[in-house]
Amino acid sequence: MDRWILHVDMNNFYASVECLYRPELRELPVAVGGDPQQRHGIVLAKNQIAKAYGIKTGEALWQARQKCPHIVFVPPNFERYLRFSRMARDIYYQYTNQIEPFGIDEAWLDVTGNTMFGSAEDIAQDIRKRIKAELGVTVSVGVSWNKIFAKLGSDVKKPDDVTVINRENYQQVAWPLPAGELLYVGKQTGKRLQTYGIYTIGDIAKTPVEYLRDRFGKWGETLWSFANGYDTSPVAECGEESFVKSIGNSTTTYRDLENEEDVKMIVYVLAESVAARMREHGFKANTVSISVRDSQLFSYEKQCKMEQPTMLASELARYAMKLFRESYHWRRGIRSIGVQATDFIPATEPVQLDFFADNKRREKEEKIEKAVDRLRQRFGPFAVQRAVVLQDTKLTGFAPKTDHVIHPVSYF
Amino acid sequence: MSSKIYVDVTAQFDADGNILPLSIQWEDGRRFEIDKVLDVRPAASLKAGGCGVRYTCRILGQLRYLFLEENRWFVEGKN
Repeated sequence: MDRWILHVDMNNFYASVECLYRPELRELPVAVGGDPQQRHGIVLAKNQIAKAYGIKTGEALWQARQKCPHIVFVPPNFERYLRFSRMARDIYYQYTNQIEPFGIDEAWLDVTGNTMFGSAEDIAQDIRKRIKAELGVTVSVGVSWNKIFAKLGSDVKKPDDVTVINRENYQQVAWPLPAGELLYVGKQTGKRLQTYGIYTIGDIAKTPVEYLRDRFGKWGETLWSFANGYDTSPVAECGEESFVKSIGNSTTTYRDLENEEDVKMIVYVLAESVAARMREHGFKANTVSISVRDSQLFSYEKQCKMEQPTMLASELARYAMKLFRESYHWRRGIRSIGVQATDFIPATEPVQLDFFADNKRREKEEKIEKAVDRLRQRFGPFAVQRAVVLQDTKLTGFAPKTDHVIHPVSYF
Repeated sequence: MSSKIYVDVTAQFDADGNILPLSIQWEDGRRFEIDKVLDVRPAASLKAGGCGVRYTCRILGQLRYLFLEENRWFVEGKN
């Protein structure tokens, strides 16, 4: 028997919430953006009117202003968005306990066999109407037998609508969509697919799987099964979704980073926060990754496996710096940088010791960092600092651990 | 311009955790008894700009919406 899966997407979430609270803005183009003084000036969300001006999420506020001089910028209010996200979830819980959030404004619901409220489409309509009436914002819902098509469906008609992709119509509804709409086909993969003459989701589905596997590896096979609706990944049960898969922090600095010393300072601040959060959860990480965005907004990510799993800021920072040195060539200054740890094991798990590493020293360092955690808890984030970050306290004077807000989780 | 008017409310909290508003007090000090609460449901107010628990109240023979948003009460103003 097929599953019934809904994907609920809250339309222009941040902007919709802001427009609900400020009725006078509803007829104007509105973009929710960070604080331009701190240079965190990018568009986080925009309403339908702003969208019509071609304003895109992620572009700088000044770019948005160029496209639409009378646009209204509203600072974000994350507390409020979290509250709305929770209220939406409370509604979902009335239909199922299998709810898997995807970021703050999207979620998959598995409502298989829930006949109390009618068919899956009836439930989708119910949820759509209730969110509109109870929260005052709109959602679009996709209904299908797998998560991938459900997500596609929620993008087909919006705002405030329901799209069903079933076994009868998926070739008409899903297949003509551009390949880039498929979950995890990014810009790069999309471009590569095009060089092979693959433009739509249907093209992916109809390409022999061996052909894709030869060119894209395991990934090609995954995309092929996504496109054919063979995805069987379950919707996580409630509670499970809070399972942390990665911990990361990033920051946009008030001025561009000009040299390795600058980068080192920031990387240490970020690594300390990541390490402290890992210790809070009782994790050690096997993999560290960095993300770099330069002054021209070109960005990339690099990751590497570490020799031993670690929860030490010094080791995270060392690997992060190594990745950075190997990948960055200083043609331009750097605007923002991030450090992320993934691939966790519980900190209590026994570790194969390295014969040549100084394990005593590592143990000591762990103790020191834990002591520093406690001091910071009691006396604030700046109570104890590394000497390296004191070279430019204006640059490093932020506390990512306490300032941080929302982290999206990966699908896998 | 905003038609979201925060008001003082006297309410009764029963042992089950239900909240029942009894009277509201206007900014100018006038007090209005709530004759009857006809409906309680979560709802958004597009008019005032907010969202919370909506109490449909009969006050002086007229139906008015009273909203409890987190821990503040508001009514929709006329404009």
